[in-house]
Amino acid sequence: MIAALIFVLSFTALLQFFVSYCRSILSASRERELSRQTRELTGIAGGGVNGEEFRRLVQLVRLCPEHGDDGQAMAAVRIYYSLLGMIRRAGGRASKSISNWLESERGSCAYFAAVSLDRRIAFSRELMARQMMGHS
Amino acid sequence: MCILRAGSARRYLSLVFYMLAEFLTTAGRLWVFLRSGYSSHEYFYFYYYSDALLVICLYFALIGLYSQVFEEMQVSRYLRVAAVLLLGLTAWFTYGVVADSRDRLLTHFVVELSQNLYFVGVVLTYLLWGAMMKLRETRTRLIQLVLSLGVCVSAFAATYALRNIYPSFSLWQYTPPLLAIGLPLAWGYTFLKVSEDARLATARVVAPNHR
Repeated sequence: MIAALIFVLSFTALLQFFVSYCRSILSASRERELSRQTRELTGIAGGGVNGEEFRRLVQLVRLCPEHGDDGQAMAAVRIYYSLLGMIRRAGGRASKSISNWLESERGSCAYFAAVSLDRRIAFSRELMARQMMGHS
Repeated sequence: MCILRAGSARRYLSLVFYMLAEFLTTAGRLWVFLRSGYSSHEYFYFYYYSDALLVICLYFALIGLYSQVFEEMQVSRYLRVAAVLLLGLTAWFTYGVVADSRDRLLTHFVVELSQNLYFVGVVLTYLLWGAMMKLRETRTRLIQLVLSLGVCVSAFAATYALRNIYPSFSLWQYTPPLLAIGLPLAWGYTFLKVSEDARLATARVVAPNHR
């Protein structure tokens, strides 16, 4: 009985901490502007990104050489995106305000993936420039 | 290494100490694992005894974060005293729970203490997060450090609780070592990617309509 109570309390806290942690990562990434190259490459126009773009952006991120330090954050955001998808399927469309919130969160996840792609492209360019310097 | 690279070792000394303990423990566990095997008694004892030490280090890392949040109030001395008292109280409560078991009393005590301390960790992290929201804490780095710690301790506490409910299910044996990797990775990301000067309103993290 006590173990079940501890489980319920811990699991509730886990969900709250996890959602807040992911939102803090997403909010921090919102402050970064995307470069022109990344916008051209991904076809993103304007300030926001559609949530449906997330999977495509993650696939593009996977194609870039890993920066080595954002894999954990990307994994957390992917879990968060899946969680949002589950809520959406379970009836998130029933209320307009919940539906709008879900879409805005999914858009933030996609923007995070775009920022991660942007970082990796910049890293690849730097790597290539260094290699060119080494050869010359 | 990430904390050292970010130049924050002195500021977050308790976190450095925990990371060092985590590294040494993992290395020790690997050594015992290679020498004696996963299902050996040596690995069992080493795992649980080192886990108890590690959770005590994690507890003091959490108190270090409390000191950071309340640094302007100059209450670190009182926090340390309260932390030691709470640790003693948890140990005393744990002893009360396991005192009836006649064989392997110390091992029972160590395993039970880890579980109780993880739950105390969940409660303390929750209180800290509540205080941060009340005080309108804006330091992004501190926010992310506390939240990732919250995810880690609550995941540990939930796993231990599930193991008590379903003791024969073997998945619970493999979950804690995997969870233990998550916290250093999350802290590493925070120290490398989030500068000390970065600011973020806690309301943006909590309230659904803030962006």
